[in-house]
Amino acid sequence: MKRLLLLHWKHSLKRTYKKGDRMETYTGKSIFNGIATGKILFFQKGQQPVTRVKIQDTEAELKRYEEASSLAAEQLNALYEKAVREVGEVNAAVFEVHAMMLEDDDYVESIRNMIATQQVNAEFAVASTGDNFAKMFQDMEDEYFSARAADIKDISERLVNILSGKDSSEGIGEEPVIVVADDLAPSETVQMDKEKLLAFVTRYGSANSHTAILARTMNIPALIGVEISESWNGKMAVVDGYTGTLYVDPDEETLNRMEQKQEEDKKARELLLELKGKEDITAGGKKIRLYANIGGVKDVGSVLANDGAGIGLFRSEFLYLESEDYPDEETQFQAYKTVVENMAGKKVIVRTLDIGADKQVDYFHLDKEENPAMGYRAIRICLDRKEIFRTQLRALLRASAYGDLAVMYPMIISVNEVREAKAMVASIKKELDEQGISYGDVEQGIMIETPAAVMISDLLAQEVDFFSIGTNDLTQYTLAIDRQNMKLDNIYDSHHPAVLRMIQMTVENGHKQGCWVGICGELGADLTLTETFIQMGVDELSVSPSFILPIRKKIREMK
Amino acid sequence: MKSFHYVITDEVGIHARPAGMLVKEAKKYESSVMIVKGGKKVDAKKLMMLMGLGVKCQEEVTVEVEGTDEETAAAALETFFKENL
Repeated sequence: MKRLLLLHWKHSLKRTYKKGDRMETYTGKSIFNGIATGKILFFQKGQQPVTRVKIQDTEAELKRYEEASSLAAEQLNALYEKAVREVGEVNAAVFEVHAMMLEDDDYVESIRNMIATQQVNAEFAVASTGDNFAKMFQDMEDEYFSARAADIKDISERLVNILSGKDSSEGIGEEPVIVVADDLAPSETVQMDKEKLLAFVTRYGSANSHTAILARTMNIPALIGVEISESWNGKMAVVDGYTGTLYVDPDEETLNRMEQKQEEDKKARELLLELKGKEDITAGGKKIRLYANIGGVKDVGSVLANDGAGIGLFRSEFLYLESEDYPDEETQFQAYKTVVENMAGKKVIVRTLDIGADKQVDYFHLDKEENPAMGYRAIRICLDRKEIFRTQLRALLRASAYGDLAVMYPMIISVNEVREAKAMVASIKKELDEQGISYGDVEQGIMIETPAAVMISDLLAQEVDFFSIGTNDLTQYTLAIDRQNMKLDNIYDSHHPAVLRMIQMTVENGHKQGCWVGICGELGADLTLTETFIQMGVDELSVSPSFILPIRKKIREMK
Repeated sequence: MKSFHYVITDEVGIHARPAGMLVKEAKKYESSVMIVKGGKKVDAKKLMMLMGLGVKCQEEVTVEVEGTDEETAAAALETFFKENL
């Protein structure tokens, strides 16, 4: 763990503010909407000075090192567990790697050798070994590998801190603060006490960085890309996540204004609670289906808590990702049935398996691909390995007897794909009839997430009951921009007219054939577009459960 | 001795996480596992050395397995490379 160097507060708490006095205003990219007011804590990674001490009892010194090393491993494991819970497994993986580095043969050997042969203290042995290895990485040409030097330093510092009895997890102190930093490493963000964190402001990082993910998960305001300064440490500041503004040493007027805005923010959230149970209807009388996106059975609770009128996207991948082998029909049936029953007659749209080269499941034995977004995935796998698809469709049809279940096929690019899937459903229905197993009236629909599907949406609409527009992939494919590529963050424009026209065209073609049309991508939750979508004639919006009430408010205010 | 060639397709090469996984995999076997790239040879059971080799995307490595269980080890490692790297 990098030690956090806490600098002294430069200003006392009771500092008085004169109007217009010294206030500085900075802007950055906002990660989460919200207002935070508090003192700034500027922190930087500090290194322990380590001195070389000649020791007599090398055995005792080796033992001291072994103990520190196992304590460090324990800390890393705990950090890993904490990170898995808070930021997910992929982001937590770095701690697993740190734990392995700690036990690396060469690293351990080098430290033990120095202690045994040069009779130096363990702190010194660790620090110089760490420096040597870090240097080896630093000298590597490749940017990724040279950056690994930081990992070596990180684990070595952790060991040195343990050896010298310093608590490396002192965190951010007792007082709630706005944390300002160049960038935050995952280990730093994860160990911060959530109660003490008012906001983040960083110089580096992207909208997909660890800091950003954490801020969103914790609902705290955060700005990135701000020209930060160490001199702010201890100063009063306000972060306005709505406008992406940071006020350092705010004047009284700004403080009052922000306080008012914060109050309004709070009121708005309370108001939303009152909207529970209200219809999703515009003042002009147009009704919208406001559904929720879920990723597993466990999410049903939050759909109900936020008063979702149905589930517009139930990602069925979790059944496959959480399993060691292909989930059998019974397992799948139970999961779908549970969701359908809990939703008590409200619509539940299940998207059939959408894995591919980027979402790996070992037992599928998929090849590594150059371009997974355009590869062997989703319906392409299902129509190729029909036995897998058949199991899922049978489970879905059986579950449909317990409520209002609909089936949705992902990544469609042709009419034939839809016909093939429908033919399978028809043959399974026949089979169920013969076996005397009941099933419900299942609507079938498709995801519209490829430009191809949009262009032939008039033909596709003749085949299905509904369309659901997956705006994330549709934007990526329409603009030819890889969503994961941070360098392109600035031109990834989900409001691009090309994308909006794609949506408009889909709605028009769907309606001509009596097909209802929804949006289940991230854009569906974009409040600045709600009005546009409804004017276009979109019938359904499916969003994360927490977005349901803000959108209901917006809809009810519309003419 | 058993050996095979493999061209890395992972975007960032043998980076930290797969390197860690590879070390774990290699340690399952008695046999020695060496990774050779451009005249440099490192022990696949040693994480730092392996990362230090700096294998990037599109580069070819040779994996040499030698020991009592070299047959099984080589087969398992080849599968591992295909799936993870």
